[in-house]
Amino acid sequence: MNSANDIFSQPGFQPVHDDFHGDLLELSIGPHHPSTHGVFRMNATLDGEVVVKLKPVFGYLHRNHEKLAEQNSYLASIPYTDRLDYLSSLTNNWAYVHAVEKLAGLAVPERAEYLRVILGELARLINHCCLVGFLLNDLGTSFTPLLYSLRERERMLDLIEELTGSRMMCNFMRFGGLRTDVSADWLARLEHFLDHQFARYLREQDALLTGNEILLARLQHVGILSPKLAVQAGITGPMLRASGVDYDIRKVDQYGIYDRFDFRVPLGDHGDTYDRYMMRMLEMHESVKIIKQAIRDLPVGDFLDPKAKNRGLRPKAGSCYARIEGPKGEIGFHLVSDGSANPYRYRVRPPSLINLTVLEDMCLGRTLADTIVILGSVDIVLGEVDR
Amino acid sequence: MPFLSPENLLALLAEKFPSARLELVADTSPAAQHGILLDPAHAVTVATFLRDDPALRLDFCSNVTGLDWPDQEISVTEKIPQPDPAGGPDRIVEKKVKQLRPGFLEAVYHLYSVEKKSSAPVVLHLRTANRANATTVPSLTPVWRSCEFQEREIFDLFGIAFSGHPDLRRLLMWDSFADHPMRKDYVEPDDYEWEPTPHDTVLAKAQTHYPVTPPVPDKTSRGDAEHAEVKS
Repeated sequence: MNSANDIFSQPGFQPVHDDFHGDLLELSIGPHHPSTHGVFRMNATLDGEVVVKLKPVFGYLHRNHEKLAEQNSYLASIPYTDRLDYLSSLTNNWAYVHAVEKLAGLAVPERAEYLRVILGELARLINHCCLVGFLLNDLGTSFTPLLYSLRERERMLDLIEELTGSRMMCNFMRFGGLRTDVSADWLARLEHFLDHQFARYLREQDALLTGNEILLARLQHVGILSPKLAVQAGITGPMLRASGVDYDIRKVDQYGIYDRFDFRVPLGDHGDTYDRYMMRMLEMHESVKIIKQAIRDLPVGDFLDPKAKNRGLRPKAGSCYARIEGPKGEIGFHLVSDGSANPYRYRVRPPSLINLTVLEDMCLGRTLADTIVILGSVDIVLGEVDR
Repeated sequence: MPFLSPENLLALLAEKFPSARLELVADTSPAAQHGILLDPAHAVTVATFLRDDPALRLDFCSNVTGLDWPDQEISVTEKIPQPDPAGGPDRIVEKKVKQLRPGFLEAVYHLYSVEKKSSAPVVLHLRTANRANATTVPSLTPVWRSCEFQEREIFDLFGIAFSGHPDLRRLLMWDSFADHPMRKDYVEPDDYEWEPTPHDTVLAKAQTHYPVTPPVPDKTSRGDAEHAEVKS
C-alpha cells in the first residue's frame, strides 16, 4: 500500500487519524436505504465501526408544502396536512384546524371535541404500533414483530377507512368540528377491537419483546440523551419523556378537553433507546384508556358547529401559533393572516425534523449498527421532515 | 398565572436592558399572541436572559418562522393641524396618507418553559434592515439549540443570514440552488431540471444560420393597429 507514489508519501500529507494508523471512512447512508425510513441521508464518518461524525442531509422529499398552502384557501390545505406524516394524518388535521380555529376564533361543539380525542388517540396507537414494529425490524428481527404490529394497524385502518373513506389520507377534520358524524355501531366495534384484539396484541408484544435478552442487550444504554440536552434542543414527544422530562402538551396546554380524562404520562429513567421503546409501549396503554373514557362520556350533539364557515373562510388579519401533542412530538402551526382567503404565511413546526437535531449527539461513539437503531427510535417520517 | 404578559415582560426587559430598543408587536387576531421586537445588537443577551432568569426560565424554543414582507403601500392616519380662519386655535384634521413601508425579512421565535410548564407562547421578532443586502440577524442557536435546523431552513428558503450560527448551510434545497423560494416575489423557473446540453449549442448555431423570420402581422384580426393603418 505505501509505495512511493501514493498519497500517503506525498509531501505535506497529514494523516487523518493518528491513533488508528489508518483512514476514517466516510460513508453516505441513504437516501435510498431501507433502514433510513424514507429518503433520508446520513453522512457518517467511521473510525473502524465507530461513528465519529454524523451529518444528516435533508430535502429529498421537499415540495415546499408551506408555499403550496399560501396559494390555497384555508380549507384546501387540510388534505395537504395528511401528507406530512402519513402515519398520523388525523393528528396533523387536528393541529391545523386547531390553529385556524384559534386564529379565527371559532368554537368547537362538545361532541366534536370528544370524537377528535378518540381519533387523535387512535392515530397515536397506529403510529406507536408501527414504530415498535419498525424499530425491531431495524434491530434485525426480520418482520415477526413488525407483522404483528401491521396486523393490528390494518384493523385500525379498516375502521378509519370505513369512517373517513381513506386508510391514511383521512382529510377528516373541519374548522369547528369534523366532516361527518361517527355512528354508535362504529364506536362499539372500536371498543370491541380495543378490548379484545388490541389488548391481546399489547400483551403478546410485551411478552415477546420487553424482557427479551437480545433486545435488552441491543437497546439498553444505547443512544443516551440527557434531559438537559433534550430540552435545549427542543426535543418533544415520547423522546423527551424517555429522558425523564415530564412535558406532555395534553397535560400542559390541556387543549380541547384533555383535562377531563384520567391518564398518566409515562416517563423514562435513562433516556436510552430502550426507554424510548418503552415510552411507546406504555403510551399505547394510556391511549386505550383515553379512548374508552371518551367513548363512555361521548355526548349527543353537533359534530360540526353549524355556524362555522369552512368554505371561503377569511380570518381577520393577525397571527397565531397553536400546537398539539402529536404521536411524534409537538406538531404546531403558525398561521399569519392578512385578511384574505389564503394564509399570508403557513408554517408547520415539524417534530420529526427538530427531533433529529440531537441525532449526531446520540450516535457519537456508537457503532454503525447502533446508529440505525437510534434513528429508528427517533421516529421520523420524511414527508414531515422535508415538507 | 405565573407567566408575564407581553406588556409586563416588555417593561421588565426595558428595565433590565435600558440601552436595548424593544418594541411591542401587537397581534390583532382573537388569539392575541403579542410579540416583542428585539434589536439585533441585544438579541442574544436578551434571549440568554429569558432562558436563564429563574422567574422566567423560557428554556424551550419551540418554533422559528421566517416571514417575508415586501415593500408595501400602507395608509396611515396623520393628524394635521389646520389654522382656523376665524382666528381661533388650530383644528386637528385626521387625514389618511399613503406611505411606502420598506420591505424586510423577519424571524419569529415561539418560546415556552418546560420547567414552569407554560402554555402561552412568548413571541420574539427579529427583523432585517431590508430584503436586498442587509439581511443579517444574530442567530439564537447558541441560546436554544432547537433553532439550529429551523434557522438553516429560513436561511435556505428566505435568505436571512444568521450570524453566529454554527453550521449555516442550505437545509432543503440543493447547495447550488441560488434563489430563496419562500420569498413573495420568487418566480419559479420553467424547468427546475434544465441543464445545458450539447443540443443547445447546436440549436444556437442553427439559429445564426437560419435567423427566425419575424411573424407576419395578421391583417384579419380586428382592432389591430396595423390593420387600422391599412384601412385609412
